[in-house]
Amino acid sequence: MVRAILAKPWIWSFIGAFLVFIATIIFTRGVGAGGIVTAALSLAVFTVIVGTGQMFVISLGPGNVDLSLPANIGLASAVAMKVMGGNDSMIIVGLVAALGSGLLVGFANYALIRALRIPPIIATLSSSFIVLSIDISYGRGLQIKPPPGFAAFTNIQVLGIPILAIVGILFSVAAGIALQRMLYGRSVLAIGQNMRAAWLAGIPVERVRMITYMLSGALGGLNGALLAGYFRGASVDIGNEYLLSSIAVVVIGGTSVAGGKSNVPGIWGAALFLVLLLTMLNTFGVSPGLRLLLTGLIIVSVITAAGGQKQAR
Amino acid sequence: MADDRTPIVTLGGVEKHFGAVHALDGVDLSVAAGECVGLVGHNGAGKSTLMHILAGIGMPDAGSISIGGVEQGSYTVGLAQRLGIRCVFQELSLCPNLTVAENTHVTHASIRGIGWRGRAAALVVHKLDEVFPGHGIEARDVVADLPIGKRQMVEVARAFTVTQDPLKLVILDEPTSSLDAHTAGQLLAFVRRATGQGISCILISHLLGEILETANRIVVMRDGKVVASDRASAFDRDRLVTTMGGAEQHKKTVRDTKAKVRGSTPVRVSARPKLQADAAQLIAHRGEIIGLAGLAGHGQTRLLLDIFNASSRRIPGVEVTMPVALVAGDRQTDGIFPLWSIAQNIGIRSLKRLRRGPFVASDLETQFADGWRQKIGIRSPDLDNNILSLSGGNQQKTLFARALGSDASIILMDDPMRGVDIGTKLEVYDLIRAEAQTGRTFLWYTTETEELGHCDHIYVFRNGCIVADLDRSELTEQKVIQSSFAEGAA
Amino acid sequence: MTVDAAQTSRPFNYARMLRTLLPALSLALVLLAIAWLNPRAISYLGFTLMLNLAIPIALVTIAQMFVITVNELDLSIGPFVGFVGCVTATWLTETPLLGLAVLLGAILVYAALGALIHLRNLPSIVVTLGMSFVWQGLAILILPTPGGKAPEWLMTMMGFKPPFVPFPIIAALLIGLVAHFGLMRTSYGTILRGAGGNGQAIARAGWSLLRAKMVMFGLAGLFGVFSGLALIGTTSSGDANIGNGYTLLSIAGVILGGGEFVGGRVSPIGAVIGALTLALAASSLLTFMHIPPDWQVAANGAILIIVLAARVLISRREA
Repeated sequence: MVRAILAKPWIWSFIGAFLVFIATIIFTRGVGAGGIVTAALSLAVFTVIVGTGQMFVISLGPGNVDLSLPANIGLASAVAMKVMGGNDSMIIVGLVAALGSGLLVGFANYALIRALRIPPIIATLSSSFIVLSIDISYGRGLQIKPPPGFAAFTNIQVLGIPILAIVGILFSVAAGIALQRMLYGRSVLAIGQNMRAAWLAGIPVERVRMITYMLSGALGGLNGALLAGYFRGASVDIGNEYLLSSIAVVVIGGTSVAGGKSNVPGIWGAALFLVLLLTMLNTFGVSPGLRLLLTGLIIVSVITAAGGQKQAR
Repeated sequence: MADDRTPIVTLGGVEKHFGAVHALDGVDLSVAAGECVGLVGHNGAGKSTLMHILAGIGMPDAGSISIGGVEQGSYTVGLAQRLGIRCVFQELSLCPNLTVAENTHVTHASIRGIGWRGRAAALVVHKLDEVFPGHGIEARDVVADLPIGKRQMVEVARAFTVTQDPLKLVILDEPTSSLDAHTAGQLLAFVRRATGQGISCILISHLLGEILETANRIVVMRDGKVVASDRASAFDRDRLVTTMGGAEQHKKTVRDTKAKVRGSTPVRVSARPKLQADAAQLIAHRGEIIGLAGLAGHGQTRLLLDIFNASSRRIPGVEVTMPVALVAGDRQTDGIFPLWSIAQNIGIRSLKRLRRGPFVASDLETQFADGWRQKIGIRSPDLDNNILSLSGGNQQKTLFARALGSDASIILMDDPMRGVDIGTKLEVYDLIRAEAQTGRTFLWYTTETEELGHCDHIYVFRNGCIVADLDRSELTEQKVIQSSFAEGAA
Repeated sequence: MTVDAAQTSRPFNYARMLRTLLPALSLALVLLAIAWLNPRAISYLGFTLMLNLAIPIALVTIAQMFVITVNELDLSIGPFVGFVGCVTATWLTETPLLGLAVLLGAILVYAALGALIHLRNLPSIVVTLGMSFVWQGLAILILPTPGGKAPEWLMTMMGFKPPFVPFPIIAALLIGLVAHFGLMRTSYGTILRGAGGNGQAIARAGWSLLRAKMVMFGLAGLFGVFSGLALIGTTSSGDANIGNGYTLLSIAGVILGGGEFVGGRVSPIGAVIGALTLALAASSLLTFMHIPPDWQVAANGAILIIVLAARVLISRREA
């Protein structure tokens, strides 16, 4: 039984998150443990949302990655705040607008990949610079606060559990079902293992790739809106940390960068691990420079330990 | 006369396994100086694996390797190189981004320092002149710009160049597969000259004529074993074919069904190859088994892929009226999903039908796979096992199950019997015939002439075009071979 | 699957020549545009000013090119240049020996990353993305607020004013020629490129792929260090964020210069031309065209996309 659980790759990310948490509360002598958990759950949701989109993209196989997420998140946060205009009645419209902005970015990414026949890394990187400029220009001097109802929603707690986290868990369950039990997810996994074989097995490869990049874009857009609500306003660099963290949670969470093998629960473990790690470093009173340094080092070491799987082909 | 010389290479009891597959099952082989050994066997008989071991690329799981009479403990690529063993592999081992001269440096580390480029160029061009007079290749040509045949010429010439390491043995794995008849003749003549000068060769070819003409001694492999080894003069074409294991099929090819009149059923596929200049085109009716013949790589696969594509979008010159499924021959690159179970591999083509609501139901998936396991005889204790736990033949059956289990009424087969044992083949032949009876149409590209006997109608391909169109009653191996080689080469 | 044995003859390839000339054509186009918008810019002083950051950009582009040659991508090169800049503006000035040792150590770290990526079969983008945090963190630790001072000798060197031809042009030419000779003309450079073209063939011929990866990453580190030095020699003081934009510039420069993402097909001279084009287009041209600075990043992305699109059009004709 224990061995069966330990054999699951995602369990390690949860163990890591737990250890980091223990280290933190030992340091604070148990003070504020509940608050730490609540905050960590909220913050982890943001990483989980973009991480899930990134997971579908990475599952498409080697070379597939979405580097446009930070710019996409930044733009969507500005779009959401502008459309909502601080007005509670516009929340839904604002969310739809953010989703739409993300979908467009995702579609542009795919169009570049397809039309220019370039690796997704370069396509999403170059599109991210254009999106970034649009955001800088569009969001300049944007001081709009989120509607009070929206800001409140991102902070509601049920028994100390943020409602965002509950929604996030439901989202992950849905993503897991889509991955394992729906035609779309199976197609993604097949393409990730062997794109040519997937095509010859009758899978509409290009359509699935397009949907996947658009899905990643849409989730980035949604995340931008939620972040703007949680942090009380949009900003250009609101999404910056999600470039590394979206990729890191996927890899640490047990998804294979060689494609075709994905892991949804692992994303939660890895996201909690990263968030709690930052909390721990902050609690220890580490300087910003050291915090960056340690985050980078820990991520590289965990990836070195977790990655390095034998080549599938 | 070859036997009294000292052996350059001796392999003893070499074994190699890939998962459940015994690629080599105790192989003994020795090559004497100045000898040309012809190595023949069906695809999957273990020839390429054996050559990889000889070149130091893969270590055998058991057995010994002696070079020049010295047993080698840890045998590597570098060591093989220093001991004078060279290889020309089927998959080209040139760097496409480098020039011909630069590629020569890759295998000759000693060409360095000022003027290395000129020396490398002189070395390889000189050898090209010697092997392929009038080759038209320049040392500064970038390999990616050369057509495939010229790349192969460069590769062959490079293998015979000598700098500091000695040259004892050159392994040529299908060296003529991309060469035209003229350059192939030049190469074989050179091999005979080289062996005359004391260099040994191992020649692998599916063109038995080449082997019979060029080799001093012929070694036949089947199912990972050496089944015959004798002077070349002791073999003729028939004996080779029999020893390779093709004979049993001849009796089986006689079909019990009466020949149908062509055109009595509706047309399912009509396709004209892109390079076809005249009006000839491939026609397949309902319930027919259509054979695509000719030498490997002469446009058969390309036409099959065009037909496959035509089921989802418009392809000029190709009409398809029904859903299409394809059985890949190259399992690793075109067929299996290596991370998935057997059941998932079977079900992927039919997932739409295995759903309840929007969700794929695992019980339906298992049922579906299990039905086909029994029908096609996949030997595995549990369909939830990984696909790679199956032997090659059973993996291939999985691909057949995937296609036959689908809603497709047109089944394309891209030389699907490569490396499949004879037992599996016979089972699958029966199944194909039974499925054709129910109205399915099969388009069957095969490199094994015996399999054409199962077809109702055969199209022979050369250089991307249909060059002959034979009914089963007029089918003879002679005719197929004659059409495959236009000007009576080989 | 076998390719059909149909093609035989080989006519002169205009499309291929056009593709080779594409980097030079883009540079000429940018120069023409500048000359048209502001004729006075085409002068000794004008070029010295417009190209004042061209040297560090050319160097960082060459660094990225080494990594791309072996089919990897370095997303940490920008922060690395920033880190080198901070070391240069502090330790290298105050305690030169320590500064030198740190910079040499950083190059070794780069080589070690190459080894790590090869041995553990890791995706280079994930590793280098993590490393970008490391370099950035180190830079902030060394120089929490912008400041410091470049060593005198470095500023003298970067301020060199040769007769007739502005220094950045001479330096860029030199950088391109050195990299071209090392990678394209030497025998080991050939092996390094071969490792990107067909690594298996190189390994089968008895060469070490591990060593090739380590050499290429080490060279990337070396040129990254040169880039940081040149940058600080030009700006005279350091800033932890100074190099952040260089990751994109370096990738764009390689691509603009005719390099391919995979397959070991790169061109050092082209990369330098690409870097010069970007250096001119990204700042001077946009300023002359009165494009607000907000859109400068977008312009870089757009240039990249336009060049890639042009290449697709050309290779369609080639096919």
